[in-house]
Amino acid sequence: MEVLKIATAGSVDDGKSTLIGRILYDTKSLTSDKLKAIEDKSEQLGYDYLDFSLATDGLMAEREQGITIDVAHIYFSTKKKSYIIADTPGHVEYTRNMVTGASTSQASIVLIDARKGVIEQTNRHFFINNLLRIKDVVVAINKMDLVDYSEEVYNKIKADFTELMSKRDYQDQKITFIPVSALKGDNVVNKTDKMPWYKGEALLEHLEQLDKADIFNSGTPRFPVQYVIRPKTEEFHDYRGYAGKVYGGDLSVGDDIIVLPSKTRSKIKDIYFYDEKYETASRRSSVTITLENDINVSRGDMIVKENDLPTIDKQFTANVCWMDSNQLTPGGKYIVQHGVNKVLAKVDRINHKINPDYSGFEKNVTGLNINDIASVSFKLNKPIFYDQFKNHRTNGSFIIIDPQSNNTVGAGFIQ
Amino acid sequence: MKKDTSHINSLENEAIYIMREVAAQFEKPVLLFSGGKDSITLVRLAVKAFYPAKVPFPLLHIDTGHNFPETIEFRDRLCKELGLELIVRNVQDSIDEGKVKEESGRYASRNMLQTTTLLDALEEFKFDAAIGGARRDEEKARAKERIFSVRDDFGQWDEKNQRPELFDMLNGAIDHGQNVRVFPISNWTELDVWSYIEKENIEIPSIYFAHKRKVFLRDGMIWSAEDGVVYRDENEEVIEKMVRFRTVGDMSCTAAVYSDAVSISKVVEEIRDSTISERGARIDDKRSEGAMEKRKQQGYF
Repeated sequence: MEVLKIATAGSVDDGKSTLIGRILYDTKSLTSDKLKAIEDKSEQLGYDYLDFSLATDGLMAEREQGITIDVAHIYFSTKKKSYIIADTPGHVEYTRNMVTGASTSQASIVLIDARKGVIEQTNRHFFINNLLRIKDVVVAINKMDLVDYSEEVYNKIKADFTELMSKRDYQDQKITFIPVSALKGDNVVNKTDKMPWYKGEALLEHLEQLDKADIFNSGTPRFPVQYVIRPKTEEFHDYRGYAGKVYGGDLSVGDDIIVLPSKTRSKIKDIYFYDEKYETASRRSSVTITLENDINVSRGDMIVKENDLPTIDKQFTANVCWMDSNQLTPGGKYIVQHGVNKVLAKVDRINHKINPDYSGFEKNVTGLNINDIASVSFKLNKPIFYDQFKNHRTNGSFIIIDPQSNNTVGAGFIQ
Repeated sequence: MKKDTSHINSLENEAIYIMREVAAQFEKPVLLFSGGKDSITLVRLAVKAFYPAKVPFPLLHIDTGHNFPETIEFRDRLCKELGLELIVRNVQDSIDEGKVKEESGRYASRNMLQTTTLLDALEEFKFDAAIGGARRDEEKARAKERIFSVRDDFGQWDEKNQRPELFDMLNGAIDHGQNVRVFPISNWTELDVWSYIEKENIEIPSIYFAHKRKVFLRDGMIWSAEDGVVYRDENEEVIEKMVRFRTVGDMSCTAAVYSDAVSISKVVEEIRDSTISERGARIDDKRSEGAMEKRKQQGYF
């Protein structure tokens, strides 16, 4: 069984929370006490149907205003997969949460209200999914019950959306259109007979059949050293293990490696997971590696294969999503956290900003406001070891920390 | 080959990564230990994360004085076997010092009072990171919680101003006086924890398994009538039933469920088929719609 992390995006009132509630209900993932709470609350609010959004909107302010403020994580499983849904809000001001939700997801659902069609926000949602290179995107055209399950409406929206797709950078993204009604349960978990013209799968059926190749970007192995393990006990007197998570590809015992930034060469001696030794560590496993030679390695260093080096540089250009109410301006000083490595960084220049309606670029920008997305060049006080985001999702991304507030104020995707 | 293919393996890999980030990013971390299955799972993950070195932080137990005796006995044995440092701070002391006031009445519980004792202990030892076993699937306010959750000088959670967490990157930068609550098993469900306990063959306190217990019924829930901690009206009749506990919080707010599950595999089976949520037997969450959120804002973990 696998875990599939999914991000959802949609505008206010597109029915995102209702869709998730519907999935939970139809997969029988809602326990009787939670269902009872939803029934009671729906009745109390005077609704004549069950308001499934009550299952996910967890904060008091959200329930009061009937909107989703923060990323909520929802868990359910079928016989085939375990799912984690990052339910992210659709308001303009919460773009940062959408980027956050999408960053840990392998697939994404973009919701469109069938009555409204493709709107400016759809553009943003799709743009972010494309920028973050989510491999599999489902466009769920919701509220089909309110447009008489019309094939024409569906086709019009599909055509408009396809137009958006043509302008995007990441052309290999797989996009699937599904007409649904979250409220009535049409084509969510079960196929409906109300839209015989739609020959495709229901939403969950589609997600069920995605496999690793559909959802994971492959890359070359990168091993950022997280922590050095030195037991200093009789039994493990000379033991020096490098703990970390393997990204991109596999590492095996005997591999010729280089440690960055010292560029010292060595070979992988052993791979440990707890007290067991393994021949190979596969991507995303948290292992401990020992090397043939006794060399100086510390947190923030990176172990890579000898014939497969990343870029080692003190400057880079990246697409930045700005997440703070204080502006980012040229000359501004920040901490860039790239994996587990932290370096001081200075904004060299803002190259151009993506227009709020994603129609093009704006040059001569003096500063970035919250939720702006722009191409920014940075200078660093020491080199980092990176790949382009399009080649390596993990080693091509970073976060920006404000040294004054310590807050995470932005995220970047290296170009 | 060490693989990340199965569901439980990938959760384990993620949790171990988080444990190591805590050890690397903070000066004085601590693991909050309640004796429950979630914190026992955390201990297992910590041992695995740093092997063959020792776990580089102590355990802290906030003892309400209303814990199940089985839990306390288990706690002491576990720490001894694994050579872990254990710090215990008592809610009773906070009451004696007049910092908190004991609740009274039918639903009196020391659960709320724990917060004060916890915050005092964090300050006393200058802990800058506290690892907890909270999971997002437990409760809807917890569904919004971050993996690194920054608390201010008063231990408060500002739910509208949380740091975004992207990819695997965890930002543990804090000012002096602040601390971070860390939740390595955020993405685990109750069933995941049980499956892991089964897979790893981890020992847990006996009250998690079905046993005969003197209980009484109130509001459709089953309360322990042993140990005299839970307030019982005279007209509430004591009966003996086969029950087990799904959570082992303070006895005064933790109800039992009828069960025949005497082994881990039976428990896993039971949870898989269960139609009531884990915290459905926790009266502290039922106080109001936003009960958990309000407690979290005050510094509850």
